[in-house]
Amino acid sequence: MSDVATPTVILKDNVWTSNPIFMQVLGICSALAVTNLLVNTWIMTLGVVGVTAMSNLTVSLVKSFMPRKVRMMVQTLIIAFYVIIVDILLRAYLPDISRALGPYVGLIITNCIIMGRAEAFAQSNPPLISIWDGLTSGLGYMGVLLAIALVRELLGFGTLFGYQVMPNGFEPWIIMVLPPSAFFLLGILIWIAKSIMIKQGEPVV
Amino acid sequence: MSPEINPMALFVASIFTSNILLANFLGMCSFISISKDMKSSNGLGLAVTLVLFVTAGMNWVVYNLVLVPLGLEYLRYIIFIVVIASIVQIIEMIIDRVSPRLYITLGIFLPLITVNCAILGVSLFMEIRQYSFVQSLTYGLGSGLGWWLAIMLLAAIRRRVEKAPVPAGLKGPGITVITIGFMAMAFIGFGGMLPVQ
Repeated sequence: MSDVATPTVILKDNVWTSNPIFMQVLGICSALAVTNLLVNTWIMTLGVVGVTAMSNLTVSLVKSFMPRKVRMMVQTLIIAFYVIIVDILLRAYLPDISRALGPYVGLIITNCIIMGRAEAFAQSNPPLISIWDGLTSGLGYMGVLLAIALVRELLGFGTLFGYQVMPNGFEPWIIMVLPPSAFFLLGILIWIAKSIMIKQGEPVV
Repeated sequence: MSPEINPMALFVASIFTSNILLANFLGMCSFISISKDMKSSNGLGLAVTLVLFVTAGMNWVVYNLVLVPLGLEYLRYIIFIVVIASIVQIIEMIIDRVSPRLYITLGIFLPLITVNCAILGVSLFMEIRQYSFVQSLTYGLGSGLGWWLAIMLLAAIRRRVEKAPVPAGLKGPGITVITIGFMAMAFIGFGGMLPVQ
């Protein structure tokens, strides 16, 4: 983190220099499993962005009333509250996607990024900037996962957002549908990002 | 999912063919940060197995005997988290009383477990697939053992990788994630053994 928390610094930090996925490999639990289709990833990461922003706001608003001892529990409950809202909305408006995401919507609760932002940022900052921090953290996360989903859907099914883009004779890569490909692609993305950072002379954690 | 799966088959399947970590990506956060060291991996693996077994049973009871009759299924996320957090707390106190030596080994890992996605994940899978009580217990235990196996294997591999000349950008998390990818591929080989999801 940089020492001055202006909106642009926060944006750059959260999306690039300390992107939660590249730098800390956090919060990938609930997310890698949904990256085989772009639509699922899109909905899932939108949910994460929303929950991170809103729980950051709430934690920041109630931080002065919260006894330090129970703050972890309170933060978890706040996050769970927003996840339940996301879950109910998905069930009502996008039942197919809700079924495809299965337990992974509920697992947003244990996504370390949300808890981490609430604890590291919202706990000690005013509400408005906390929403921004939550939004940008979510965006950094969204970017990485969409990149992985793009490759997996394109090579695994020959489609993008469900539309055929590859020529008819295209042989789908089975490996891209299976779990290992998510790990390989994530590893390669981390490699690219870190190499660029080393070239730019940024301190790599 | 079919409720008539043999609990023993489910037990084996959850260790190998549908390993909670390598097939469902659950519990990655602590998996990557702890697997640097074999001794802590062992401690965390033991703790996860213990907590998974107890919480799977407990959450089944709470969900099917309390939430479903009352029509409060939508509260399950909050309830599951609260149950998990309290069980972790109780296990911590019991271990502290019964075996202070084990407590020193496991002590620092137990609080970490509350936010481990694998624990909540198993409870959610159990609910979605409508497992029976016995199935939930074997599924919880099997998933825990599978997680333990995976983290021990990864810790062993990482010790070797550390000495290998890895490109600077790939060092640390990058190469670890790719290693996990290879492990996941190896575990897919078990898939032919049992067709249970």
